[in-house]
Amino acid sequence: MTNSIYTTAAPVARLIEELHKLPGIGPKSAQRLTYHLLRAPAEDARALAQAILEVKEKITLCSICQNVTDADPCSICDDHGRDSASLCVVEEPLDILALERTRSFKGRYHVLHGVLSPMDGTGPGDLKIQELLERLRSGEVTEIILATNPNLEGEATAMYISRLLKPLDLRITRLARGLPMGGDLEYADDVTLTRALEGRQEV
Amino acid sequence: MPRPRVYKTKAVVLRHRKLGEADLILTLYSPELGKLDAVAKGARKPTSRLAGHLEALSHTNVMLAQGKSLDVVTQSQTIEAFRAFWEDLERMSRAVYVAELVDKSTPEQQPNRALYELLLQTLRYLAETAQIDVVVRWFEVQALTVLGYRPRLDRCVRCQADLTPVANYFSAVAGGVICHDCVGNGLIVRPLSLNALKILRLMQHSYVEQVLRVRIDGPLADEIEGHLREYLYTVLEREMKSTSFLQVLKREALAGT
Repeated sequence: MTNSIYTTAAPVARLIEELHKLPGIGPKSAQRLTYHLLRAPAEDARALAQAILEVKEKITLCSICQNVTDADPCSICDDHGRDSASLCVVEEPLDILALERTRSFKGRYHVLHGVLSPMDGTGPGDLKIQELLERLRSGEVTEIILATNPNLEGEATAMYISRLLKPLDLRITRLARGLPMGGDLEYADDVTLTRALEGRQEV
Repeated sequence: MPRPRVYKTKAVVLRHRKLGEADLILTLYSPELGKLDAVAKGARKPTSRLAGHLEALSHTNVMLAQGKSLDVVTQSQTIEAFRAFWEDLERMSRAVYVAELVDKSTPEQQPNRALYELLLQTLRYLAETAQIDVVVRWFEVQALTVLGYRPRLDRCVRCQADLTPVANYFSAVAGGVICHDCVGNGLIVRPLSLNALKILRLMQHSYVEQVLRVRIDGPLADEIEGHLREYLYTVLEREMKSTSFLQVLKREALAGT
């Protein structure tokens, strides 16, 4: 028996393999995308390839807040209209987008690029915590808002950072936890309900 | 044990992993089914009805439906949330270690009710007492027993002779204590102080309340921790990832004092 089974041409197979590496793309989706690109006009394919290259070549981390940016410092750090006294610490760049959508925070950000995950062995050294400490040295910042996710890793990170910053004379706050919009009291867990009660507000 | 199509069980949530856009894979430890993975659909959305009741390290009542590969959580209700873990990093880190040890030492879907009870009791004590590290050591010794790796502490594992009340040796490979006469022949041993032996025996035979009455700290605590880490590494053949985090906390606590 020789290798008589039909296989796809090598370049096609390679593209399938590369697409397959992307999150959420299974082997079948990768095939479908590949054949879509094969049929698509050459300029579309070139535009996609160019966009991917540009992201990798032009995007760096902002030297101040560690957000992804094409200009250093990034547009938020460069904005003099923002309040330099309050600093919001987030896990990922996408969290900044979510917070910016609210239009209610006018301070600055710091991206950790991850969370402490004791179970996966992700320690403080894997996050941009040292950079955060450096930033606080100037004394410009007076309030730290810990905006990590309210799950085990996020809480561990928030507790760790607040402990680290304790000796500095700062106001350290954590985003409130309570009932979500569209939620249902009946299904809320005790911890959330307790916190919602504790943080109830005058109407 | 074959599972029915839809079933209810109590479980401790050992860990979470992200799945796709908004789902979670939970590793549960149940008294009837042992360790099992289950999917909580939409549990990463803020409005999820399940998520709050499936927090890592919590004790919860779940209803599961058999899925194609993984079972799916359809309902959940917290029994004990262990709030202390969420307010104290030291407690949380110990609880994470205990959960990891259960996760890494058990095969899937093999019930071990004794281990389940031990896990629950340990979490309760970790949430309450001040001597969290003693609770963790007690848990390790007890877990070795219920997992079938109980080290022999009453006599020498080589010559079977009763131990004399002097410093002896501990060998993870041999599975227990080695006396003065049997040490050597290339066997890897660690010196075992008499006090450490006594504490290990106490932990093996006693309820946690009794162990907590004894003062265990300083070099003695370090010695016991070292013996157990080596023993666990030998029988489980894997490193616990959460120990590196525990060490970071310990280093910083020392630096702070």
